[in-house]
Amino acid sequence: MKDYRATALALCVSASALALATTGCQQKTDVRAWQRRLTPPAPPAPPDVTSTPPDEPIMAVLVAPPNVPPPTNRTKPARVVVKMTVKELAMPIADGAQYGFWTFGGTVPGSLIRVRQGDLVEFHLQNDATSTMPHNIDLHAVTGPGGGAAATFTAPGHASKFSFRALNPGLYVYHCATAPVPMHIANGMYGMILVEPPEGLPPVDREYYVMEGDFYTKGKYHAKGLQDFDMEKGIEARPTYVLFNGAEGSLLGDKSLKAYVGDNVRIFFGVGGPNLTSSFHVIGEIFDRVYTEGGSHVQENVQTTMVPAGGAAIVDFKVQVPGAYALVDHSLFRAFNQGAVGTLQVSGPEDRLIFSGKQADSLATKDEGPARPDAAIDTATTSNLTRDEQIAAGKAVFASTCSACHQPTGLGLPGSVPPLAGSDFLVKNDKERLIGVVLNGLTGPVKVNGTMFNSVMPPWNHLSNDELANVITYMLSDWGNPGGVVTPADIAKVRGLGAI
Amino acid sequence: MRAMATSSVLAIAVTLASTGLAAPRAPVAPAGMVLVGPGIYRPLYPTAPSEQAVSVGRFFLATKPVTNGEFLAFVAEHPEWRRDRVKRILAEAAYLTHWAAADRLGPGVRPRSPVTNVSWFAARAYCTARDARLPTEREWELAARASDKAPDGSKDPAFTARILAFYAEPAALTSLRDVGQGRPNFYGLYDLHGLAWEWIYDYGASLVASDSREKGDAARNRFCGTAGANAQSPSDYAAFMRVAFRSSLEAAYTTTRLGFRCAADIEEVP
Repeated sequence: MKDYRATALALCVSASALALATTGCQQKTDVRAWQRRLTPPAPPAPPDVTSTPPDEPIMAVLVAPPNVPPPTNRTKPARVVVKMTVKELAMPIADGAQYGFWTFGGTVPGSLIRVRQGDLVEFHLQNDATSTMPHNIDLHAVTGPGGGAAATFTAPGHASKFSFRALNPGLYVYHCATAPVPMHIANGMYGMILVEPPEGLPPVDREYYVMEGDFYTKGKYHAKGLQDFDMEKGIEARPTYVLFNGAEGSLLGDKSLKAYVGDNVRIFFGVGGPNLTSSFHVIGEIFDRVYTEGGSHVQENVQTTMVPAGGAAIVDFKVQVPGAYALVDHSLFRAFNQGAVGTLQVSGPEDRLIFSGKQADSLATKDEGPARPDAAIDTATTSNLTRDEQIAAGKAVFASTCSACHQPTGLGLPGSVPPLAGSDFLVKNDKERLIGVVLNGLTGPVKVNGTMFNSVMPPWNHLSNDELANVITYMLSDWGNPGGVVTPADIAKVRGLGAI
Repeated sequence: MRAMATSSVLAIAVTLASTGLAAPRAPVAPAGMVLVGPGIYRPLYPTAPSEQAVSVGRFFLATKPVTNGEFLAFVAEHPEWRRDRVKRILAEAAYLTHWAAADRLGPGVRPRSPVTNVSWFAARAYCTARDARLPTEREWELAARASDKAPDGSKDPAFTARILAFYAEPAALTSLRDVGQGRPNFYGLYDLHGLAWEWIYDYGASLVASDSREKGDAARNRFCGTAGANAQSPSDYAAFMRVAFRSSLEAAYTTTRLGFRCAADIEEVP
């Protein structure tokens, strides 16, 4: 652009000189018009990311995850004040299980901080007086030693302050960097800071904030009560939980992410670690755009994006079909057995040209492929069903959740998975015991129809009371089993009893 | 206390005279203290190759941390250490704020639980008033390394796991219990792990720079990725936590989980 302008200018000057020399001053007006025609439109001013921010500070808007503060909508650098308080808190990690989290601001992850490239960020880190540990913060968006770690090292009951210029746009992880660092991270001390490019990110209809982290508890998965940190499991990278936003179910049920058909959805996704990387995937969606690794380049049409520990990605996708979309770490044992699952609920009209919907008999066929819980959830969460409706809904839950092991025929797998069809276990045990087995899982020797089995059935207590009632009613009723009805109230009762 | 120390020395002298032994016997400890050491202390962050193994001589260490009740008595004797009279430069605003009043614990504070919310200056003043001093880092660490069975439990997985479990407990739900519960360690010391942090005399000793706000390369080791690289025993997470905690402190700081115990020199008999 510069070269072109220079050439045009040179042309104008020589043309003017020529005109003056040959025809005199009366030609001037025409020459100017000609000059105007030749002059290209003024190029857009380069974005201002370097000017000195005004003294008047702006308070950063901090909201609890999965919510995201609004875009900055600024054209010049600002002085942005961020205030965070570190709190050590016991909070739920799973249904009935608590964990001693260390948090930025009381949530896992800490709030998303949103600034613009060129902003001067004044960071105030307070360590609550009730804390046992000193803490600090290393923001990956910082250019400078330790990312602010030494500058914010803060004893309990104290506060530190430091400032940094957000030089590079992108989505960056922040975390506590006090020794032992992996323990602080394993206790939930991470979050993200978005440094918008000067023009901002392309506008979308909904923005959400999700971080994955691995957790190490002394008790096993779903053990009840207050759980202690297990350093040995941490060192060996054997997590008890792999979670979105610090708790199992933090993005399920009422807390599901929500969107409407036609919305463009953006997820700011990051991984706190300390150990695992994530294969982030939304079942039934394709990411239209991925800002790979949270940087400036966009990859398009991505099924699963790999996010490193201490790394991030921005994913954008348009939702066109209503239904429940599961967010998972596609290292799927994490999703099915360690908690790394959430849902995006999309409401709105069907578009059968994009997705035909489900035929009633298509669920139970063997070639259906990976379990798709959507339809089962849709019908199974409708309460007040008749027995026949319960059986139908339960059949769908069975097909998506149980049939992989117990087989669509209910015959199980010889030597490893006990049969449900014609099973004396279902006859010998009362309703509460059967509910307890499904809720809490069953590990170790069990005799069914005269044969000993010794394997592991995981707990299924993340299913709703309706789903559990329906699927157990179905199992009692199909394959010539004796029948019986289990209600959501029965499930609730056994849930209240804890492990049986 | 001074009288007691003197009589202890006398007792030793008498013992030596009556038995006629040439070798020095173990000196008798002041009340509430036991003899610790000698031993070898291996700092987590040696500042020089010669510092990798430091010999620590014998010293006395209090068996239990100082309690709220004991500190209340000290404040009554030395009113300049009341929270409403203390100089702000010696103890910050949170000093003793968990007490109901400057001269009263109140119903919510257990007299026999360790005193916390005390500054390094206040802790030092208390020990001085009791003819004692704060233990040094190497002394404290040497004492804390003892399991209930041996002076060095650092290679005993059960012992290290137990220490770690204390630090892993969610502190938000546990309040400070009374001192002296549970099992004492090899030396007869209680509560070095699992109750409260403790001030040491040289809490900033492993720092290179004199200004602890600019902690230099030694402090840099405590953050982020380099934390494990230079340490002698990277798996000793509890020691990491103690070093990190100590290096976050200034002498006037007080925190809700930081108390202290006193130590004393051995007056060697010639």
